[in-house]
Amino acid sequence: MAFKTDYSRVQGLGQAGEGVHHWWIQRLTSAALVPLTILFLIPFGRALGGGYDALVATYGQFGNALTAILFIGVACWHFSIGIQVVIEDYVPGKVARVTLLILTKLFSYTLAAAGILAIVKILFSA
Amino acid sequence: MADVNRGNRPLSPHLQVYRLPLVSNISILTRITGIALIGGLTLIVWWFVAGAYSPDYFATADWLLSSWLGILVLVGSLWALWFHFCNGIRHFFWDFGKGFELETVNRTNWVVIGGSVVLTILTLLIV
Repeated sequence: MAFKTDYSRVQGLGQAGEGVHHWWIQRLTSAALVPLTILFLIPFGRALGGGYDALVATYGQFGNALTAILFIGVACWHFSIGIQVVIEDYVPGKVARVTLLILTKLFSYTLAAAGILAIVKILFSA
Repeated sequence: MADVNRGNRPLSPHLQVYRLPLVSNISILTRITGIALIGGLTLIVWWFVAGAYSPDYFATADWLLSSWLGILVLVGSLWALWFHFCNGIRHFFWDFGKGFELETVNRTNWVVIGGSVVLTILTLLIV
């Protein structure tokens, strides 16, 4: 190892990580999910099992569609950073860890996009 | 003096031999419910995607989710959701440095457990 000071070893490498960003987003999405969960559950529970007519009647309404989109979007965001902590805690080995993290991100973004797109389509088809 | 007893000394408390306090079990269960809720969320998104796809496909998804198996999974998810929710609320208090006294933690343990059951029943009554 070359004789270097601590400072010169890290010079030019940028910041060590993302600071408190992850922690902050976890809190922000949790707080947002408190009202969104309640606002989502009531119309969803009532529409469930009511067939296609109930679906269109419920999610053809702007407010229900909006809260459902926000709920699914924020919940996917919350789950993607939450599962990140679990993977970082329990998965040894850089390759396995990074692979799982990438798959988690891809799955959460796809799930959010699919849910949002589906609700938009149901809203416009009503 | 040589240590002749190396390897045969009592171990410090470890996960397998240590009876975890309730708060630790709740903490672990919060992670497990969080992971399980991804499954619940995926089912809900599938229900919406089926609705956007066609009325026929939606009939299948809606039937499956309101069958006894679907209800079992969804009520389980609902309890998991409220459990994760209640402990999340407790974490907000902890973030502000409140409620760390052992007596308070022992009390809020049961608020989280009771709250998750009460909110599950309340949701089932309302919707």
